[in-house]
Amino acid sequence: MTILKLGLAQINTKLGDIHANLEHHLELIDQAVQQGVQLLVFPELSLTGYVLQDLVPTLARRPTPDDPIFAPLLHASHKLDLVVGFVDEDSRHRFYISAAYLSQGEVLHVHHKVYLPTYGLFDEGRFFAWGDSIRAFDTRWGRVGLLICEDFWHASPPYLLWLDGADLLLFSSASPGRGITHGDKLESAWWVEHINRAYASLFTTFVAHTNRVGFEDGLHFWGGATVFDPNGDLVAQGPYQTEAITVAELDLGQLHRTRARLPLLRDERHALVRREIERITAGNNGASDKG
Amino acid sequence: MPPDLSLTINTELTRRILVNFLHDEIHRTGLKRAVLGLSGGIDSALACLLAAEALGPENVLAVRLPYKTSSPESLAHAQLVIDQSGVQTETFEITGMVEPLIAGLPPSEAKRGGNAMARARMIVLYDRSAATAGLVVGTGNKTEILLGYSTLYGDSASALNPLGDLYKTQLRQLARLVGVPASIIDKAPSADLWLGQTDEAELGFTYAQVDPLLYLMVDQRYRLEECVAAGFDAQFVQAVADRIRRNQFKRMLPLIAKLSNRTVGYDFLYLRDWGT
Repeated sequence: MTILKLGLAQINTKLGDIHANLEHHLELIDQAVQQGVQLLVFPELSLTGYVLQDLVPTLARRPTPDDPIFAPLLHASHKLDLVVGFVDEDSRHRFYISAAYLSQGEVLHVHHKVYLPTYGLFDEGRFFAWGDSIRAFDTRWGRVGLLICEDFWHASPPYLLWLDGADLLLFSSASPGRGITHGDKLESAWWVEHINRAYASLFTTFVAHTNRVGFEDGLHFWGGATVFDPNGDLVAQGPYQTEAITVAELDLGQLHRTRARLPLLRDERHALVRREIERITAGNNGASDKG
Repeated sequence: MPPDLSLTINTELTRRILVNFLHDEIHRTGLKRAVLGLSGGIDSALACLLAAEALGPENVLAVRLPYKTSSPESLAHAQLVIDQSGVQTETFEITGMVEPLIAGLPPSEAKRGGNAMARARMIVLYDRSAATAGLVVGTGNKTEILLGYSTLYGDSASALNPLGDLYKTQLRQLARLVGVPASIIDKAPSADLWLGQTDEAELGFTYAQVDPLLYLMVDQRYRLEECVAAGFDAQFVQAVADRIRRNQFKRMLPLIAKLSNRTVGYDFLYLRDWGT
């Protein structure tokens, strides 16, 4: 039986103070190692803070061994695998909201956020470049997919990662809480939990999500990390509003058992989807679309 | 599902978020204290109790700021909150600060006198802010902010405001949970700027009437004709919409004429929490 001990760090950050945030990461990594965590996931932009605006160019890094921020994180990744959030600057000096998967001293994968919310309280498209690929990648715990916040508010990125072989979807957010009602949780928290359970159920896969806590000016981040298993059952949930490392033991054998019962992946018709998307995007359905 | 026009909120969750807000946003500046004006009304009573919970009552200075015509009941109600919360307190009469200005006003200009009082109170609060290293906590609610029912640089001035996204109707629910005395919750809201003044008489409608309309217009993004279709009087809808637009200036920093490539307010963009 293969068990993955997964840790979801829901942290507060200092806005724009990357060195202080690095120290906080290293403290939590030590705590997680002591608890036997094998993969620790940090939230969106965990090394920088979220509402960066004009701070973006001053905080951008390259995730390389000679970078003074990434060097200690890569060193720590010999003890456990890590997902950290940061601003990536590419060789043409475009800035991306990014998540890096670090393992055994190497950067296995960097995901650039592909959907930048630029509406309501959000203004990401003003300050960041749009990522342009969605790829699963292999780790020692199986094939994994990374998405960042608004990426998984759209159905297609989780779907593509599922088709690309990801059996563990790792979602990270800096989700500002909003929508106070008579209900027991904020509308934004309800929505995210609802769809994460849906993805786990629809794709018979593990879906883990971690989210910032703390405040930036009047915005508050609600925390509430979750892990759902391939049956859509809640394996673990972190507290709302406060810092925590939520630890979940994932029995990876559940993939076998669920998919033996419910072969949705086996029966998924890629070619049909491709044909219909080609027809729709060619403009044959009467609706307009965009690339 | 049609909008819930009772505007019912989960008060426990709201309280938790607002207490964390006051604690975190004051402590991250390196300070630990708050200053607020305690009028005897529900808004400042609630803000005071939330601040005491967030920071400890010993770190909250509640200042009573009466003018000579202020109702004695206001002072007594403020005292109830002081006794209940155990916050630090001071009473500073503003009459001497504003009397020379008010003495020169014709009787028909009561509003100008009211504005002068509100700004005098701001001057005292910001002085005590400097004296005690405490941030000024605002007490304006969402209804007042949207309707512009406040004095610019007077009661609208603060460093942070825990109540600015709660309609008066919602704020009353939270006040009950947090333990604002019933005598304060149940009395008619008043700025107490002149004898017998009440908010609802001055506005021309009640909070119970306007809050559901504001909720549809602002939160639920109803068009004006949809508000009318939902049962609100067409003239009332138009009057409230006009009032929101007319008072936009009170919700903004002063306009800066852009000349350079980088101008504060337009393309020099940082949160206040920058670096903390």
